[in-house]
Amino acid sequence: MPNYDLSNYLQFILSGLSTGSIYVLVALGVVTIYSVTGIVNLAQGEYCMLGAMLAVTFIRWGLPLGLAAAAAIIGVTAIGVLIERLTVQPARSASSITLIMITVGVSIVVRGVALLAWGTAPFSLPAFTKGPPLDVLGAAVSLQRLWILGTAVVTLLLLYFLLERTLLGKAVRACAINRQAAGLMGIAASQMSALVFALSAALGAVGGIVIAPLMLASYDMGLMLGLKGFVAAVIGGLTSLPGAVIGGLLLGVIESLGAGLISSGFKDAIAFLVLLLVIFARSGRFPNRLGRRPARAGELAGRGARPTETRP
Amino acid sequence: MSKHWPPRRQTSRVLETLEVLRQNQAFRVLETLKVLRKVSRNALAFLTFALVVGTLPLWLHSPYLLSTAIFIGIFTIVTLGLCLLMGYAGQVSLGHAAFWGIGAYTSAILTVKLGVSPWLAMIIGVAVTSGVAYLIAIPIFRLREHYLAMATLGLGIIVTLAFGEFRELTGGPSGLPGVPRLTVGSFIFDGDVEYYYLVWGVVLLLIGLSLNIVNSRVGRALRALHASEAAAASIGVDASRLKLQVLVLSAAYASVAGSLYVHYMQFVSPHAFDFGVSVRLVVMAAVGGLASVWGAPFGAAAVMLVTVLLREALPLVIPNASGEHITIFYGLVLILIMIFMPEGLTRGVIESFRRNARS
Repeated sequence: MPNYDLSNYLQFILSGLSTGSIYVLVALGVVTIYSVTGIVNLAQGEYCMLGAMLAVTFIRWGLPLGLAAAAAIIGVTAIGVLIERLTVQPARSASSITLIMITVGVSIVVRGVALLAWGTAPFSLPAFTKGPPLDVLGAAVSLQRLWILGTAVVTLLLLYFLLERTLLGKAVRACAINRQAAGLMGIAASQMSALVFALSAALGAVGGIVIAPLMLASYDMGLMLGLKGFVAAVIGGLTSLPGAVIGGLLLGVIESLGAGLISSGFKDAIAFLVLLLVIFARSGRFPNRLGRRPARAGELAGRGARPTETRP
Repeated sequence: MSKHWPPRRQTSRVLETLEVLRQNQAFRVLETLKVLRKVSRNALAFLTFALVVGTLPLWLHSPYLLSTAIFIGIFTIVTLGLCLLMGYAGQVSLGHAAFWGIGAYTSAILTVKLGVSPWLAMIIGVAVTSGVAYLIAIPIFRLREHYLAMATLGLGIIVTLAFGEFRELTGGPSGLPGVPRLTVGSFIFDGDVEYYYLVWGVVLLLIGLSLNIVNSRVGRALRALHASEAAAASIGVDASRLKLQVLVLSAAYASVAGSLYVHYMQFVSPHAFDFGVSVRLVVMAAVGGLASVWGAPFGAAAVMLVTVLLREALPLVIPNASGEHITIFYGLVLILIMIFMPEGLTRGVIESFRRNARS
């Protein structure tokens, strides 16, 4: 093993945290959808790809960065709702396996359509602000990484405000706790489903846009981002938003340290090794109900609302 | 001691039990008759299928189509296992290409690097793959369906990466050439016709085995499981154990297919076993029909032939179309089948015909 000093480790951890923020954004989408609808959405990463690709396209059309990003986020949100209406709504009552396979199908189709639209060549997005990397205790941190961290924090705050401080957020949390009871209170499950898909699409798009300057936007960037965000969500317990945040950051740091200290060839494998380990280690503590929804879905509310375990 | 012995209530309970047993006996005879009819129908189907498969090379003169038929046979073996897993155990594997790949690489590495006999290597491959499947399936005992999907997905990606990274063993991303042909005594399976018969012989063998499993006690338990896990568990079906066994069996099938693949291609590289291939396998199973043994060859053949057609036709519509474009078709087919016929295409079509015939 090469001889590393403290600044090297700091470098790995800081870059891991910024990559991890992207996983956090994806994982938050996964958790919201799973908590409210019981669907494991494997197409989550495609929203990142669409966000990045649309932003690049809008910038090429001459839009300023901020406007292009906003337009891309709105566009991806619309696509997210469209996908939900076309593929998830018709199969509402299907088994979780069927729904997983539908989302796998969706991710393939989206990737294929992106290939048709943009081709295989990767596009680069300019860094949001130009300037030399910042020196943090000997570790060099590029400005874009600061943008990523900042955007993630702002997005988290917005999400927190939406879920905890608005009526709409209350409805989403109610659905996550108990869909039937929420239905009795006049909350339409189908609308909530569309809403969380919109929310997740927007989160994914934000992640895709801020990471694009670092990793080049291409039609196939979504697969790995989505799967790793998903791993982060599983680390956090699949129904907990704070868990998703911790899971995402943790995964980013583990991956960055692993790639730096052991081997960069296995960088992508690390996330999935973690996934397997987590599934094994926590196999007794996962939501374990006969129905499709998790028993402890109340965790999304984050306020100890523990529903009794209902078995159909 | 009570006054009445045996107590009244108990007498009536004994009578009730006897009545249930009597009805059960009649029920059993009926069941046996049904099973017999089903068995003979299966035997007939099996013979017809064997006849078609056996005579195919006699009138199929195109070498390209013959080689496609060999690939269909290899895919059929993998799909067969996947159909059992998805249709009967209600689990989905999103990394089945990994099991296929482990079988293929075990065969390749053992024969090329260590000079082990191909048949022994095939058996070792099955053992290794089954072991991996067994480990991966441990969470089944505690977790719900989608966690196996996740675990297999993770396994699939790790395995593909490992094939590319352990260069000394696997030859890295550029692959491992020089895998020997299969031989029996002095006979070498070097022509496509010979290999066709070998592969489809194995297919027939495994279809026979699968039919036997499906129509046995285990198969009935699996069907009960598929209908309602709670109900099956209440009559003593050990759900987790059965699911584990089916996963290991389907992994073993995939491993055999992998060995056959690698001795046919005489070359192996990681790309043949990536996530996209796992998805293609799921599509084959979905097209064929999940809870059906006969769906596997149909699904494999349909997807393969459409792929071949698209590969020819697509460049006419979209210039510089690649294999990646064809995946749009896989995705669309998967979505549509899962929305409208979650039991699989063939089954869905048959069922809708039946409904029409009745009304």
